[in-house]
Amino acid sequence: MTASPCADQALLIQAELDGELDAAGSAALQSHLEGCAGCRAAQADLRALSAGLRREALRQPAPERLRAALAARLEPPPRPALRLARRPALAFGAGAALAAGVALAVLPGPATPLDEQAVAGHIRALQPGHLTDVESSDRHTVRPWFDGRIDYAPPVRDFAAAGFPLIGGRLDYLGGRPVAALVYRRDRHLIDLYVWPATGEAAPVPRIRNGYAMVGWRAGGMAFLAVSDVEAAQLLAFARLWEGGA
Amino acid sequence: MAGDGTAFAKLALPHLDAAYNLARWLLRDPVAAEDVVQEAMLRALTYFASFRGTNPRAWLLQIVRNAAHDRLAAAARAREVPLVIQHEEDDIAVNEPADPADDPETALSRRQDRAALAAALAALPVELRECLVLREVEEMSYRDIAQVTGVPVGTVMSRLWRARQALFRRAEMPA
Repeated sequence: MTASPCADQALLIQAELDGELDAAGSAALQSHLEGCAGCRAAQADLRALSAGLRREALRQPAPERLRAALAARLEPPPRPALRLARRPALAFGAGAALAAGVALAVLPGPATPLDEQAVAGHIRALQPGHLTDVESSDRHTVRPWFDGRIDYAPPVRDFAAAGFPLIGGRLDYLGGRPVAALVYRRDRHLIDLYVWPATGEAAPVPRIRNGYAMVGWRAGGMAFLAVSDVEAAQLLAFARLWEGGA
Repeated sequence: MAGDGTAFAKLALPHLDAAYNLARWLLRDPVAAEDVVQEAMLRALTYFASFRGTNPRAWLLQIVRNAAHDRLAAAARAREVPLVIQHEEDDIAVNEPADPADDPETALSRRQDRAALAAALAALPVELRECLVLREVEEMSYRDIAQVTGVPVGTVMSRLWRARQALFRRAEMPA
């Protein structure tokens, strides 16, 4: 039921509702409303509509990945190591030893070039269209996709039941070599998990790099490095899932 | 330039939700909205040196609005398939968790209310939709809406009126 207000009062009723009417205007409108049922009904309709629009929370917040991508583009860190436009392999001048085939290390302590590359890779992957090369929640689809693209078979597991569903994988570069990156989702956040062959065993070590949570560990002949904007505790929980048997 | 970027980020990023929300409602497509916001923010960064105003939100939303209209015009010229809107209603319905205080029946009717309102808003002509989104969702003043949309305040008032009347008419139609 739309009430029809007096034609000369309609925009005044609306302006009053929108907080745009000055005191004199409000007083004049008030005295008109007292004697006009049609305008009172129209005012009630407008109020109800406005309340409905606000109550229904029609605001759509920006996705986290957009915020992260923009922050990365607008606020380049002072150190030149994190340069999004360059391939990490080229930016990694000090990595000769690694390029020569020395096993990559996941180290606690100060930021390593590897950590910075992993964060850079994560941020780059958040740009539209760069996240996954193979998009699937089925590990039997994701794992064979790496055949022929890298010289090892990364373990691929899905933790959807624990709230970390697998959403795909892609080829990325760390320390001058192609590595498997598995992509998981946690609520509205994304987790990149880099996996490459390495010897030894090491328990998960959490740390924060450039505002991103990271956890690295080694198990079963592989090194793992997880990067995400989830809280560090959640990323550690994700790492622990991997320890819970194949 | 890096210093500019940091100063700009400080000014602009607090308004990212508003920017995305406006782009989303104008384009009715989440992917295109993200794209347009990125583009608009980089455009804004290049204008930033000449920004002298006191209202960064209106300034930014004006750039986002113009970028979104450019995109809509380009899509119309290219006669692309119209941007889909169906999934948007679903998104809105599932993004908002039901109020735990609601019983299931109330929660259902609230979801339907929200979906109906969102659909009605999405169906408005773009020049009415942008005014109503800026007023009811972003709670901007007539003057700021006039700046963002590039029309006189009087036009903002009549567009808001028409937008609201259109929503009333739609609400009266049988579901």
